[in-house]
Amino acid sequence: MKQFSYVRASSPEDAVQRAIAHQESQFIAGGTNLVDRLKAFLDNPSELIDVSRLGLKEIETMPDGSIRIGAMVSNTAVANHHQIREHYPLLSRAILSGASQQIRNVATVGGNLLQRTRCPYYYDTAFACNKRQPESGCAARHGINRMHAILGASEKCIAVHPSDMCVALAALDAVVEVQGANGQRQIPFTEFHRLPGNTPQWDSNLEPGALITAVILPPNPAAKTGIYLKLRDRTSYAFALVSVAAMVAVEGDAIHHARLALGGVAHKPWRSLETESFLEGKTAASETFEQAAEIALQQAQPLSHNHFKVSMAQRAIKRAFTISAQGGSTA
Amino acid sequence: MLDSTLEDQSPTPARNSPIQGETEVTLTINDESYTVNIEPRVTLLDVLRERLGLTGSKKGCDHGQCGACTVLIDGERVYSCLSLAIMQEGKTIVTIEGLGSEEELHPLQAAFLENDGLQCGYCTPGQICASAALLEEVKQGSASAITPDLTSLPDLETLSEAEIKERLSGNLCRCGAYNGIVAAVQQVSGQAAPSPAANILVEEPEQ
Repeated sequence: MKQFSYVRASSPEDAVQRAIAHQESQFIAGGTNLVDRLKAFLDNPSELIDVSRLGLKEIETMPDGSIRIGAMVSNTAVANHHQIREHYPLLSRAILSGASQQIRNVATVGGNLLQRTRCPYYYDTAFACNKRQPESGCAARHGINRMHAILGASEKCIAVHPSDMCVALAALDAVVEVQGANGQRQIPFTEFHRLPGNTPQWDSNLEPGALITAVILPPNPAAKTGIYLKLRDRTSYAFALVSVAAMVAVEGDAIHHARLALGGVAHKPWRSLETESFLEGKTAASETFEQAAEIALQQAQPLSHNHFKVSMAQRAIKRAFTISAQGGSTA
Repeated sequence: MLDSTLEDQSPTPARNSPIQGETEVTLTINDESYTVNIEPRVTLLDVLRERLGLTGSKKGCDHGQCGACTVLIDGERVYSCLSLAIMQEGKTIVTIEGLGSEEELHPLQAAFLENDGLQCGYCTPGQICASAALLEEVKQGSASAITPDLTSLPDLETLSEAEIKERLSGNLCRCGAYNGIVAAVQQVSGQAAPSPAANILVEEPEQ
């Protein structure tokens, strides 16, 4: 780690003011990803602004029935909150399938959104990486790329977003509440993260110095049947090869309110609106879900080592929708 | 280093002005108060081992992947290698040194010995701290990724072997003493003592 100065912010406004005044600074909350990156010299801030003592640790039900989760709530606390378990079980399952208990106890909701890719070529400073050093090249594109993106990648970057929680949040139409220099604003979850394009150094559309203060879950009766299915190289404590957050509500035989987001396949949690509109009004049957899975992967561009991800994702989507249509539970 | 008992502990400093270089940091570890001069970039694990001689917590990967550095902070298990020491001011830290003593072992320490839950022992302090937290989490109704029903959680008596493995997946054992580790947790959970690992290996599988 390089040397840095350390200060505790006294309020969200104070944190943002300090970050804007001191552009080489970074926020730290749980630090489970940032401290690791500091050790690897991937981030070299001149100052760390500790935002872990600002409060923002409440999970509240709002008058409109939505649930507001403070940015500093631990991943563990979200997963075990009774209302999240009951009304948004796929969010609990997504969180619990990520990392280990030690990480989830410390990692915050805001930090989970801002964790960076675990692409090994990003982590190893001996390799070229456009995300780490713009315009230096991408060693992953022709390297060992079995973990990498099959959707929405660019010539500049094929990294994937590592979060499980964010995949569920994308499917749940969550909203990110942000404190910036000009006050608060809300960002729809699917617009929070970005695709790499020519500027893979930017993971999100958060402006410099802005602080995430909360994530809001809109009310959603269909979320009770939601599924999170994660497939990986070992049973536990591994990043997803492919993950699926999916839900359908079925009335009679007809589907309404289909939602689908994929993890482990793109630079951001990959929401498939085409699949959702295809499913609307269709019969909840095996062939329907098979077609839906094909539509979701139509644009896939697998790399030399990860053709397997396409069929793996299709099978996972079919399974997740099938179980959701039967009322949900574990996948 | 060791300055006082907890009664005369001073309040946590506000740290509202940036700190450059070394500063005095007071930490509460195993019911005792310690003050060290450290830079903000020093991890809790390095303070424990290099400054305070509390070498029970181990440095394995130093990247939050192996679990050998696991300690309890405010009762929750945490990787001390990914924790900056200065951020732990005012919190209650328990390391393996605080869980039992040579005269009176913690029930998990005794169970690890009785069930061969170790070979070389390097991961053991982290395994035991993680297991101690696991028991509390189950008592408090914490779920795991494989808990079948999120609205009806297992208690210690009904916690399955698969659940124990899932809940301990943040701790690696290079010697592969996992069977013994799971057996130790089962024993302290009040479950029937599992068969010794050696018997399992020679018995015919049940059809």
